Amino acid sequence: MNAPLIIFFVLAALAVIGAISLILQKHPIHSALSLIVVMVALAGLYLLMGAEFVAAVQIIVYGGAIMVLFVFVIMLLNAGEEERTDFSKLAKFGGLPLALALTGLLAAAMVRHGGAVQNQNVPGALADTSTLSTMLFTTFVYPFELTSFLILVAIMGALVLAQREKS
Amino acid sequence: MVPTQYYLILSAILFGLGVVAFVFRRNIITIFMSIELMLNAVNLSFVAFSQAMPEKPPQIAGSLLQVGHKLDGQIFVLFVIVVAAAEAAVGLGIIILTARNRQSLNVERVDLLKL
Repeated sequence: MNAPLIIFFVLAALAVIGAISLILQKHPIHSALSLIVVMVALAGLYLLMGAEFVAAVQIIVYGGAIMVLFVFVIMLLNAGEEERTDFSKLAKFGGLPLALALTGLLAAAMVRHGGAVQNQNVPGALADTSTLSTMLFTTFVYPFELTSFLILVAIMGALVLAQREKS
Repeated sequence: MVPTQYYLILSAILFGLGVVAFVFRRNIITIFMSIELMLNAVNLSFVAFSQAMPEKPPQIAGSLLQVGHKLDGQIFVLFVIVVAAAEAAVGLGIIILTARNRQSLNVERVDLLKL
Protein backbone atom coordinates (compact mmCIF):
# COMPACT_ATOMS: atom_id res chain seq x y z
CA MET A 1 0.00 0.00 0.00
CA ASN A 2 1.49 3.30 -1.03
CA ALA A 3 1.44 6.53 0.96
CA PRO A 4 -1.27 8.45 -0.99
CA LEU A 5 -3.66 5.54 -0.55
CA ILE A 6 -3.07 5.47 3.22
CA ILE A 7 -3.59 9.25 3.45
CA PHE A 8 -6.76 8.90 1.37
CA PHE A 9 -8.21 6.24 3.65
CA VAL A 10 -7.37 8.21 6.81
CA LEU A 11 -8.98 11.39 5.45
CA ALA A 12 -11.97 9.50 4.03
CA ALA A 13 -12.56 7.78 7.37
CA LEU A 14 -12.32 11.17 9.11
CA ALA A 15 -14.88 12.67 6.69
CA VAL A 16 -17.33 9.77 7.04
CA ILE A 17 -17.02 9.71 10.85
CA GLY A 18 -17.60 13.46 10.92
CA ALA A 19 -20.70 13.12 8.75
CA ILE A 20 -22.10 10.28 10.91
CA SER A 21 -21.39 12.38 14.00
CA LEU A 22 -23.29 15.27 12.36
CA ILE A 23 -26.34 12.99 12.21
CA LEU A 24 -26.00 11.49 15.69
CA GLN A 25 -25.16 14.55 17.80
CA LYS A 26 -28.11 15.98 19.71
CA HIS A 27 -26.81 19.51 20.12
CA PRO A 28 -26.48 21.73 17.03
CA ILE A 29 -23.10 23.13 18.12
CA HIS A 30 -21.69 19.58 18.18
CA SER A 31 -23.11 18.99 14.72
CA ALA A 32 -21.43 22.18 13.52
CA LEU A 33 -18.06 21.07 14.94
CA SER A 34 -18.46 17.67 13.22
CA LEU A 35 -19.15 19.45 9.95
CA ILE A 36 -15.92 21.43 10.36
CA VAL A 37 -14.06 18.09 10.69
CA VAL A 38 -15.65 16.92 7.41
CA MET A 39 -14.63 20.13 5.65
CA VAL A 40 -11.02 20.01 6.84
CA ALA A 41 -10.79 16.36 5.78
CA LEU A 42 -12.16 17.27 2.35
CA ALA A 43 -9.58 20.07 2.07
CA GLY A 44 -6.90 17.46 2.74
CA LEU A 45 -8.35 15.29 -0.03
CA TYR A 46 -8.26 18.26 -2.43
CA LEU A 47 -4.57 18.73 -1.58
CA LEU A 48 -4.04 15.03 -2.20
CA MET A 49 -5.60 15.49 -5.65
CA GLY A 50 -3.31 18.44 -6.35
CA ALA A 51 -6.07 21.07 -6.23
CA GLU A 52 -4.20 23.41 -3.92
CA PHE A 53 -6.24 26.54 -4.59
CA VAL A 54 -9.55 24.75 -4.03
CA ALA A 55 -8.16 23.32 -0.78
CA ALA A 56 -7.21 26.79 0.44
CA VAL A 57 -10.61 28.21 -0.51
CA GLN A 58 -12.31 25.28 1.19
CA ILE A 59 -10.53 26.03 4.47
CA ILE A 60 -10.92 29.82 4.25
CA VAL A 61 -14.50 30.08 3.00
CA TYR A 62 -16.13 26.92 4.35
CA GLY A 63 -14.15 26.25 7.51
CA GLY A 64 -13.56 29.91 8.21
CA ALA A 65 -16.48 32.00 7.04
CA ILE A 66 -19.55 29.80 6.61
CA MET A 67 -19.06 27.67 9.73
CA VAL A 68 -18.32 30.73 11.88
CA LEU A 69 -21.61 32.16 10.59
CA PHE A 70 -23.36 28.94 11.64
CA VAL A 71 -21.78 28.97 15.10
CA PHE A 72 -22.70 32.64 15.52
CA VAL A 73 -26.33 31.92 14.66
CA ILE A 74 -26.43 28.95 17.05
CA MET A 75 -25.09 31.16 19.84
CA LEU A 76 -27.36 34.05 18.90
CA LEU A 77 -30.49 31.91 19.00
CA ASN A 78 -29.28 30.04 22.08
CA ALA A 79 -30.18 26.78 20.38
CA GLY A 80 -30.44 23.91 22.83
CA GLU A 81 -30.72 20.19 22.32
CA GLU A 82 -33.22 19.25 19.71
CA GLU A 83 -36.47 17.80 20.96
CA ARG A 84 -37.20 14.29 19.80
CA THR A 85 -40.42 13.73 18.00
CA ASP A 86 -41.74 10.43 16.78
CA PHE A 87 -41.07 9.49 13.21
CA SER A 88 -43.80 8.09 11.04
CA LYS A 89 -43.78 4.31 10.51
CA LEU A 90 -42.53 4.76 6.96
CA ALA A 91 -39.56 6.86 8.10
CA LYS A 92 -38.75 4.49 10.95
CA PHE A 93 -38.61 1.29 8.91
CA GLY A 94 -38.14 2.47 5.34
CA GLY A 95 -35.81 5.41 5.94
CA LEU A 96 -32.49 3.70 6.44
CA PRO A 97 -32.86 1.06 3.67
CA LEU A 98 -33.99 3.76 1.25
CA ALA A 99 -31.03 5.97 2.18
CA LEU A 100 -28.65 3.02 1.70
CA ALA A 101 -30.28 2.29 -1.67
CA LEU A 102 -29.81 5.91 -2.75
CA THR A 103 -26.15 5.87 -1.73
CA GLY A 104 -25.55 2.57 -3.51
CA LEU A 105 -27.30 3.78 -6.65
CA LEU A 106 -25.28 7.00 -6.72
CA ALA A 107 -22.00 5.18 -6.14
CA ALA A 108 -22.78 2.53 -8.76
CA ALA A 109 -23.81 5.09 -11.39
CA MET A 110 -20.80 7.33 -10.80
CA VAL A 111 -18.33 4.46 -10.74
CA ARG A 112 -19.77 2.89 -13.87
CA HIS A 113 -19.67 6.09 -15.88
CA GLY A 114 -16.58 7.40 -14.16
CA GLY A 115 -14.72 4.28 -15.27
CA ALA A 116 -14.23 5.89 -18.67
CA VAL A 117 -12.06 8.60 -17.16
CA GLN A 118 -8.95 7.06 -15.78
CA ASN A 119 -6.51 8.84 -13.58
CA GLN A 120 -3.85 10.19 -15.90
CA ASN A 121 -2.16 12.61 -13.57
CA VAL A 122 1.47 12.39 -12.67
CA PRO A 123 1.68 11.78 -8.92
CA GLY A 124 2.20 14.91 -6.85
CA ALA A 125 1.40 17.28 -9.72
CA LEU A 126 -0.34 20.46 -8.59
CA ALA A 127 -3.04 22.22 -10.54
CA ASP A 128 -1.63 25.40 -11.93
CA THR A 129 -3.20 28.25 -9.96
CA SER A 130 -2.19 30.81 -12.57
CA THR A 131 -4.01 28.79 -15.25
CA LEU A 132 -7.02 28.66 -12.94
CA SER A 133 -7.02 32.44 -12.50
CA THR A 134 -6.55 33.05 -16.21
CA MET A 135 -9.55 30.85 -16.95
CA LEU A 136 -11.61 32.57 -14.26
CA PHE A 137 -10.98 35.99 -15.79
CA THR A 138 -11.23 35.05 -19.48
CA THR A 139 -13.48 32.07 -20.24
CA PHE A 140 -15.61 32.41 -17.12
CA VAL A 141 -15.59 36.19 -16.75
CA TYR A 142 -19.36 36.62 -17.22
CA PRO A 143 -20.32 33.99 -14.60
CA PHE A 144 -17.69 35.55 -12.35
CA GLU A 145 -19.26 39.02 -12.66
CA LEU A 146 -22.73 37.54 -12.14
CA THR A 147 -21.40 35.98 -8.94
CA SER A 148 -20.59 39.43 -7.54
CA PHE A 149 -24.17 40.46 -8.29
CA LEU A 150 -25.43 37.32 -6.53
CA ILE A 151 -23.40 38.17 -3.43
CA LEU A 152 -24.75 41.73 -3.47
CA VAL A 153 -28.31 40.37 -3.58
CA ALA A 154 -27.49 37.92 -0.76
CA ILE A 155 -26.10 40.72 1.44
CA MET A 156 -29.20 42.85 0.88
CA GLY A 157 -31.49 39.87 1.45
CA ALA A 158 -29.78 38.94 4.71
CA LEU A 159 -29.98 42.56 5.92
CA VAL A 160 -33.65 42.89 5.06
CA LEU A 161 -34.53 39.53 6.62
CA ALA A 162 -32.62 39.90 9.86
CA GLN A 163 -33.39 43.53 10.71
CA ARG A 164 -35.83 44.24 13.50
CA GLU A 165 -39.22 45.49 12.42
CA LYS A 166 -39.82 49.12 13.21
CA SER A 167 -42.93 49.56 15.26
CA MET B 1 -2.01 6.95 -6.84
CA VAL B 2 -5.58 6.86 -5.58
CA PRO B 3 -8.08 5.67 -8.21
CA THR B 4 -10.78 8.19 -9.15
CA GLN B 5 -13.48 5.65 -8.28
CA TYR B 6 -12.52 5.81 -4.60
CA TYR B 7 -13.20 9.55 -4.55
CA LEU B 8 -16.52 9.04 -6.32
CA ILE B 9 -17.63 6.37 -3.84
CA LEU B 10 -16.65 8.62 -0.91
CA SER B 11 -18.60 11.46 -2.53
CA ALA B 12 -21.69 9.24 -2.87
CA ILE B 13 -21.40 8.12 0.78
CA LEU B 14 -21.12 11.71 2.01
CA PHE B 15 -24.07 12.75 -0.15
CA GLY B 16 -26.15 9.87 1.23
CA LEU B 17 -25.26 10.83 4.79
CA GLY B 18 -26.26 14.41 3.97
CA VAL B 19 -29.65 13.20 2.70
CA VAL B 20 -30.14 11.10 5.86
CA ALA B 21 -29.30 14.09 8.07
CA PHE B 22 -31.63 16.30 6.03
CA VAL B 23 -34.55 13.90 6.43
CA PHE B 24 -34.04 12.66 10.00
CA ARG B 25 -33.04 15.78 11.89
CA ARG B 26 -35.61 18.15 13.36
CA ASN B 27 -33.46 21.18 14.10
CA ILE B 28 -33.60 23.75 11.30
CA ILE B 29 -29.93 24.72 11.75
CA THR B 30 -28.76 21.10 11.51
CA ILE B 31 -30.89 20.61 8.40
CA PHE B 32 -29.16 23.62 6.88
CA MET B 33 -25.77 22.13 7.78
CA SER B 34 -26.69 18.88 6.03
CA ILE B 35 -27.33 20.88 2.85
CA GLU B 36 -23.79 22.20 3.12
CA LEU B 37 -22.58 18.61 3.55
CA MET B 38 -24.30 17.58 0.31
CA LEU B 39 -22.76 20.55 -1.54
CA ASN B 40 -19.35 19.47 -0.25
CA ALA B 41 -19.91 15.92 -1.49
CA VAL B 42 -20.69 17.23 -4.98
CA ASN B 43 -17.59 19.45 -4.87
CA LEU B 44 -15.49 16.39 -4.12
CA SER B 45 -16.68 14.58 -7.24
CA PHE B 46 -16.15 17.74 -9.32
CA VAL B 47 -12.50 17.91 -8.25
CA ALA B 48 -12.08 14.14 -8.72
CA PHE B 49 -13.38 14.32 -12.30
CA SER B 50 -11.24 17.38 -12.98
CA GLN B 51 -8.18 15.52 -11.77
CA ALA B 52 -9.03 12.42 -13.81
CA MET B 53 -9.43 14.40 -17.04
CA PRO B 54 -6.44 14.07 -19.39
CA GLU B 55 -4.35 17.14 -20.18
CA LYS B 56 -5.40 17.11 -23.83
CA PRO B 57 -8.91 15.62 -23.98
CA PRO B 58 -9.50 13.62 -27.19
CA GLN B 59 -11.95 15.36 -29.53
CA ILE B 60 -14.69 12.96 -30.53
CA ALA B 61 -14.83 12.90 -34.34
CA GLY B 62 -18.01 14.37 -35.80
CA SER B 63 -19.27 15.54 -32.43
CA LEU B 64 -20.37 19.13 -31.95
CA LEU B 65 -19.68 18.82 -28.23
CA GLN B 66 -16.95 21.18 -27.12
CA VAL B 67 -14.43 19.37 -24.99
CA GLY B 68 -13.64 21.40 -21.93
CA HIS B 69 -10.45 22.25 -20.17
CA LYS B 70 -8.95 20.07 -17.44
CA LEU B 71 -9.48 22.71 -14.77
CA ASP B 72 -13.16 23.36 -15.57
CA GLY B 73 -14.21 21.22 -12.62
CA GLN B 74 -12.21 23.28 -10.16
CA ILE B 75 -13.75 26.51 -11.53
CA PHE B 76 -17.19 24.96 -10.98
CA VAL B 77 -16.20 24.17 -7.40
CA LEU B 78 -15.27 27.80 -6.82
CA PHE B 79 -18.69 28.90 -8.10
CA VAL B 80 -20.44 26.30 -5.94
CA ILE B 81 -18.60 27.62 -2.88
CA VAL B 82 -19.64 31.20 -3.70
CA VAL B 83 -23.28 30.15 -4.14
CA ALA B 84 -23.10 28.18 -0.87
CA ALA B 85 -21.82 31.26 0.94
CA ALA B 86 -24.63 33.42 -0.45
CA GLU B 87 -27.14 30.70 0.40
CA ALA B 88 -25.82 30.47 3.98
CA ALA B 89 -26.19 34.23 4.46
CA VAL B 90 -29.79 34.32 3.23
CA GLY B 91 -30.77 31.01 4.85
CA LEU B 92 -29.45 31.97 8.26
CA GLY B 93 -31.31 35.27 7.96
CA ILE B 94 -34.51 33.31 7.37
CA ILE B 95 -33.68 31.01 10.32
CA ILE B 96 -33.21 34.01 12.64
CA LEU B 97 -36.53 35.42 11.43
CA THR B 98 -38.49 32.19 11.99
CA ALA B 99 -36.83 31.57 15.35
CA ARG B 100 -37.72 35.08 16.46
CA ASN B 101 -41.33 34.76 15.34
CA ARG B 102 -42.04 31.25 16.63
CA GLN B 103 -39.69 30.80 19.59
CA SER B 104 -38.74 27.35 18.25
CA LEU B 105 -36.14 25.82 15.96
CA ASN B 106 -38.08 22.61 15.42
CA VAL B 107 -39.22 22.34 11.81
CA GLU B 108 -42.32 20.42 12.83
CA ARG B 109 -43.55 23.52 14.64
CA VAL B 110 -43.13 25.62 11.51
CA ASP B 111 -46.22 24.35 9.74
CA LEU B 112 -48.13 27.53 9.06
CA LEU B 113 -47.20 30.04 6.37
CA LYS B 114 -48.80 32.83 8.35
CA LEU B 115 -48.84 33.32 12.08
